[in-house]
Amino acid sequence: MAAAASLAKARSIVTMKHVGLNVAADPLMTLSYLGVEGGLVACVADDPGMHSSQNEQDTRHYARLAKVPLFEPSDSQEARDLMLLAMEISEEYRTPAILRSTTRVSHSRSLVDLGERKPAGRRIGFVKNPPRYVPIPVWGRVMRRDVEERMGRLVRAAEASSANWMEWRDRSLGIVTSSIAYQYVREVWPDASVLKLGFSYPFPDSLFLEFASQVDSVLVVEELDPILEEHVRSLGIACRGGDVVPKVGELSPDQLLLARMRMEGRKPAMDAGQMALPPRPAVLCPGCPHRGIFYVLGQLDVVVTGDIGCYSLGAFKPLDRMDTILCMGAGISMAQGLEKAGDPRKVVGIVGDSTFFHSGITGLLDIAYNRGGSTILVLDNRTTAMTGHQENPGTGRTLMGDVSVPISIEAIGSACGIERVRTVDPYDLEAVSVAVREEVEAFAPSLIVARAPCPLKERRRLGAVRVVDEDACKGCRICIRLACPAIEWLGETARINPLLCMGCGLCQGICPAGAIAPQEVDS
Amino acid sequence: MSLEDVQSVVLVGVGGQGILLASEVLAQAAVLSGHRVKTNEVHGMAQRGGSVVAQIRWGQKVYSPLVASGTARVLGSLEQIEALRYAHYLAPNGLAVVSAQAIMPMTVSTGEAIYPKDVPGLLKRSFSRLIYLDAAQAALDLGEIRAANMVVLGAVSTGLDIAIEDWRDAIVASVKERFVEINLRAFEAGRSFS
Ligand SMILES: Cc1ncc(C[n+]2csc(CCOP(=O)(O)OP(=O)(O)O)c2C)c(N)n1
Ligand code: SF4
Repeated sequence: MAAAASLAKARSIVTMKHVGLNVAADPLMTLSYLGVEGGLVACVADDPGMHSSQNEQDTRHYARLAKVPLFEPSDSQEARDLMLLAMEISEEYRTPAILRSTTRVSHSRSLVDLGERKPAGRRIGFVKNPPRYVPIPVWGRVMRRDVEERMGRLVRAAEASSANWMEWRDRSLGIVTSSIAYQYVREVWPDASVLKLGFSYPFPDSLFLEFASQVDSVLVVEELDPILEEHVRSLGIACRGGDVVPKVGELSPDQLLLARMRMEGRKPAMDAGQMALPPRPAVLCPGCPHRGIFYVLGQLDVVVTGDIGCYSLGAFKPLDRMDTILCMGAGISMAQGLEKAGDPRKVVGIVGDSTFFHSGITGLLDIAYNRGGSTILVLDNRTTAMTGHQENPGTGRTLMGDVSVPISIEAIGSACGIERVRTVDPYDLEAVSVAVREEVEAFAPSLIVARAPCPLKERRRLGAVRVVDEDACKGCRICIRLACPAIEWLGETARINPLLCMGCGLCQGICPAGAIAPQEVDS
Repeated sequence: MSLEDVQSVVLVGVGGQGILLASEVLAQAAVLSGHRVKTNEVHGMAQRGGSVVAQIRWGQKVYSPLVASGTARVLGSLEQIEALRYAHYLAPNGLAVVSAQAIMPMTVSTGEAIYPKDVPGLLKRSFSRLIYLDAAQAALDLGEIRAANMVVLGAVSTGLDIAIEDWRDAIVASVKERFVEINLRAFEAGRSFS
């Protein structure tokens, strides 16, 4: 969409996380050939340390792969400044650009000095020009050569850019760095000279050479892959980098203090050793509609292919009912793959509503058309919960909050050719159990939509707070299998934390001793 | 531009306890007191009942948004064992403010791990300067359990040199209007625990 908008001369910013760029990689690769009319910046955030992602890929490779300029802010102010620069460079060189953030840049906040808003003041409109916008081979080959020529000009732009600078202090050590690592470097090596890159690709070669010639030794500090380091070496510059700075996981001042000690041959003081504390992994919220689904699946001998929303938390003990996660939409397509491979068990695939619309439909079509037999469960909590409760095509509102047509998951299922489509209330465990069992048994693909709104979004209790009658509790621990954070186990019996309970009542339904009941409200 | 001028605070707890709002108020207060500020907190997965940490740093010039171990002036915790988890951030003479709330991690309820015994004793041994308070109870007494974060923040404020007016203005600026009153009262309640 952004690509087309840009061809019509509109400026566009398109935001995503690193794995999102995998999905958008196909258009990006060729847009690099077409070039842009209005500036286009893909703002992509990496997640070193995998705080909430399934991998740790380094987006800087994409800039190289697509042959587009790369900008790397190291704090909020630079995020603003480099976005403007990226937009300017994009328009001047008629290329898409990537602004690469990381979790720490995106989730840090600091004061930003704003500038004046300058409207682009141009007329929007697409002007037909096939040799520029149609990369069939005859024209595409020309574009291909233009890309190389553009890269040459971009190198000079990066070399001259004020986003790349040298800070001269003690010249015995010079550090080449970019992104958030710059901020850590300034604290850990306050006396070192620094080459800071904000416009970091195409590589500003003359800067590396000039910087290296003026310092006694060079250290490259970058987060994730040794991209700068390898390039600096390729220029014939001896440097250190990945031998002392970790290449896996997130950097931090602590990590770099250790790196500095390693480099200087000092042994870190022995840590007193951390006390053994119980880990506190994330869990489905109290009252989450996804919980009962996993509880029911826990009673069936099926393989469960999962996906990336809040329901990915169903993979943890004690629910432990999600067997694979690969990428957005894989809950559906991997179900088909496992089944076609001939796994002797039945397969249940899980996706959320947002994921279904985003990348589940093609997989579903494949299952129906290629005569699969898996059961697909769409956990429709009427929102995109994991990423912060955004709207999606099922909610009937656009991201801007405007009213729109809510799209029916069931109707899409039928239109894809799935004949067995049904809807259940995920809080009705009996109904869920019957539906899942019947559909798993059926020799045809089926779609079950489990629909109930996310209570964290709705911000209200589902029912009365439940309490455990400690005398009646037999200590069977069945309620613990729900993985509800409100249910605590205190030695012999369960206890429900009244501050956390959302009153969904699932525990009351499964307690064989009948020990759980709604709290009586006094007054 | 000495780095020694930079003040760091680490606020920790369990997802959903209001760490992010507390962090926002602290950052605002530091801005109002005339400093450059950087904050960091990780959202996403951790917010679903996981362990949450927010870091706030201010001074004339702040580089890293992350706090180095052993440098935080105050550690504020809304849950008692979370204070132990992040104890390494605190400077040797730093102040720990720990709410007596105990929220069982799932790993404890499933029997995979055990909740430490004698947490107050562990806290006393881990922190030379400790304010151990029941923020949840204090907030409940005021009629709004969700204000426990402001109770802790009030106690945290006693270890920092930010003027009380800046704290108040920060609360007014960060909290929805109808909750301002209760949050101010919770903050005051927290200050009395020093
Ligand atoms: C390609 C790709 N883009 C974006 C994401 C980030 N992401 C993680 S969870 C999620 C949304 C999940 O929403 P939904 O499926 O409705 O599940 P819910 O969290 O509401 O249960 C997204 C977009 C991703 N993992 N992969
Ligand atoms: S945010 Fe909503 S969907 Fe996600 S775990 Fe909590 S209740 Fe469930």
